[in-house]
Amino acid sequence: MLASYTNSVMAKWFFGITLAASVLAQTPDGRKIFESQCALCHGQTGTGGRGPSLHRPKLAHAADDEALAGVIAEGIPPEMPGSWQLTPREVASVAAYVRSLGAIPAEKLPGDAARGERVYQSRRCGACHIVDGKGEGFGPELSDIGARRNATHLRQVVLRPASALPEEFLYVAATTAAGTVRGIRVNEDSFFIQIKDARGQFHSFAKSELKDLKRLRGETPMPSFEGSLTAAELDDLVAYLASLKGKS
Amino acid sequence: MKRLIWFFCAALSAQVPYERIVNAAKDPANWLTYSGNYQGHRFSPLSQITPLNIAGMHVKWAYQFENPRTETSPIVADGVMYITAPNMAAALDARTGRELWKWNRPIPKDYQSIGFGRVNRGPAILDGQLFVATLDCYLVALDVKSGAERWSAKVEDYKPGYSMTLAPLAIKGKVLVGVSGGEAGIRGFVDAYDAASGKRAWRFYTVPAPGEPGHDSWPAGDAWKTGGGSTWVTGSYDPETNLVYWGIGNPGPDWNPDSRPGDNLYTCSLVALDGDTGAMKWHFQFTPHDSHDWDSTHVPVLYDGEVRGVKRKLVAVANRNAFYYVLDRSTGEFIAGREYAKQTWSKGLDDRGRPLVIPNTEPSAEGTAVYPNLNGATVWFSPSYSPLTNLFYVSVREIGSIYYKREASYKPGTFFAGGGEAAIPNTERTGAIRALEVSTGKLRWDFPLHTASWSGVLSTAGGVVISGSDDGNVFALDAASGKALWNFQTGGPVVSNPISFAMNGQQYIAISSDRVLYVFGL
Repeated sequence: MLASYTNSVMAKWFFGITLAASVLAQTPDGRKIFESQCALCHGQTGTGGRGPSLHRPKLAHAADDEALAGVIAEGIPPEMPGSWQLTPREVASVAAYVRSLGAIPAEKLPGDAARGERVYQSRRCGACHIVDGKGEGFGPELSDIGARRNATHLRQVVLRPASALPEEFLYVAATTAAGTVRGIRVNEDSFFIQIKDARGQFHSFAKSELKDLKRLRGETPMPSFEGSLTAAELDDLVAYLASLKGKS
Repeated sequence: MKRLIWFFCAALSAQVPYERIVNAAKDPANWLTYSGNYQGHRFSPLSQITPLNIAGMHVKWAYQFENPRTETSPIVADGVMYITAPNMAAALDARTGRELWKWNRPIPKDYQSIGFGRVNRGPAILDGQLFVATLDCYLVALDVKSGAERWSAKVEDYKPGYSMTLAPLAIKGKVLVGVSGGEAGIRGFVDAYDAASGKRAWRFYTVPAPGEPGHDSWPAGDAWKTGGGSTWVTGSYDPETNLVYWGIGNPGPDWNPDSRPGDNLYTCSLVALDGDTGAMKWHFQFTPHDSHDWDSTHVPVLYDGEVRGVKRKLVAVANRNAFYYVLDRSTGEFIAGREYAKQTWSKGLDDRGRPLVIPNTEPSAEGTAVYPNLNGATVWFSPSYSPLTNLFYVSVREIGSIYYKREASYKPGTFFAGGGEAAIPNTERTGAIRALEVSTGKLRWDFPLHTASWSGVLSTAGGVVISGSDDGNVFALDAASGKALWNFQTGGPVVSNPISFAMNGQQYIAISSDRVLYVFGL
């Protein structure tokens, strides 16, 4: 057991050294290798294709750098091939590049997260968002928003939410004989659509039964806080949101 | 009486002689070759399921595979359904889905699928043997009664990147296969093997060597040796003329064409080959000097029609490059063509069918936005042709892409792509089922899909069109109008080709969705 633990620590230490050395030396070029060997599935810029987007700080199959190197070397059968042709140093360089795609650099923020939490509560953000199980689930869950978005983006969302909508986000208005339901699209296929309304209720409609389905592109039910927060309150709120890293 | 005796014998011994496949239209209860008939129609003459009763269609049985995103197109012969998965085949009781036998071949540990998924698109049957193409590039003949291996033939070495995912095509005395590996710098070919012995009968290389016709479309040097031209989708066959029609894949490296100036024959082409010798009778190139990975690996649809008052033997192809083509299948002459899906790379086709390429649509270092994306306006999944509606049904993908050009250096067994693509942000990625007039490609109707399609199309004499969607639906449309008739959410992406068969007077539809093969009936 101890030997196994020691090996694991040694392996991590060795990988860390290898990773650091390759990043510092900038050789081999992880980006070039990625573009020629990985991008066919993950996209030339890592935004995904047949394989998933890698622009995320947490990778589903690679909890840490060692696991990421393992995935690159061995693949994920049956879909993702391994990379027998790469040396360990080349694998490490690809791993470093992949990590850089989703990395959110540490930022020194002017606000205070503790005060920001009080701003969050006083502005009733929890009426639409959930943090650590508290709040209502109309808007996106925010428990790990700081691990997914940088402070610049968070600031933009608070001030002008319609200008920073995620690509998959869509606000819709579905009209049946009984009336219109407005809400966030939570699922859609070629024949059905599911919508969550402001009370958090789910609605499911067959498209063939709808009189009208308006796709309200560029719209969001989230209000703008531009002008309603002081500069200090905005800094504090952004610091609080950036501190929400989720479960490690 | 003679006919009755023949059918009795067939049921007893599950023999599928060549003549039975030739006359598939007279044997609608069975599905005896990849496309249902040699002509590539994926049309069922069965008519029990109609627009009026299909609302009552439901699952009769299901079969679970070990692998995801199953692409198999089953064969059904005399009450037995034959299916495949990567290096696996099985015989099922077509009435209940219960396994009768199962065969597996281990996948070598060092095998890699370079540029495609680990899939298999189905078996072929001839006489008493079932033929399966394996990922590690063997063609295997199995006894239909036991699954016992009768012979296996090494088609190529998988280590440099050759592989097989397609359903073989069994014609008179021969079994034909093609290879995957267009992103690994292979030199593609179509092979024919003697069905009885497994001995190779002929090979047609899709990239001509020095001194062979077409080689002058490649530069001097060795570019032709890694020129691609994979052949990974099953071709069609005309028994009257003994000509095989096979689609050829993209040139390599895919997105950096600098090392291969010229048209790069016979990549992105359709070729007509003599079934006895493999000699090429004609070729037609859809996308000369391709730099977008637009393989022309489609099932060619053979039909007879009138051109300016004269009856001719024709072949229709809805191409990955977003154009629909009609050619004379005796000569390869271009008859008609038009755009059938969104594209931004060509102003159209000239009077010989050659694209009028818009400048600066090639991949570039900074990225070039072009429609369609690398998977094309349609890809390997089958179209369908109904001789009753005279319509060509095709699953369409409408996605654009930013194409990048990168350095390409050949190393056996690795990607030799020279670039790739990235999604265009904030653009729709949708699909459709489209019905085109077979002789012109003119749109008759369009049924929009929320997601870009990965599923083929089946049309039937009952007047329905069946397909599936990446968002998990198997659905039926009215073949004449495109009106939605029925849908069923399977819970997984539908990435396969539907078929139809009958048992005890009941018509069934079979189609796979992710890990599950579903069989539907009334």
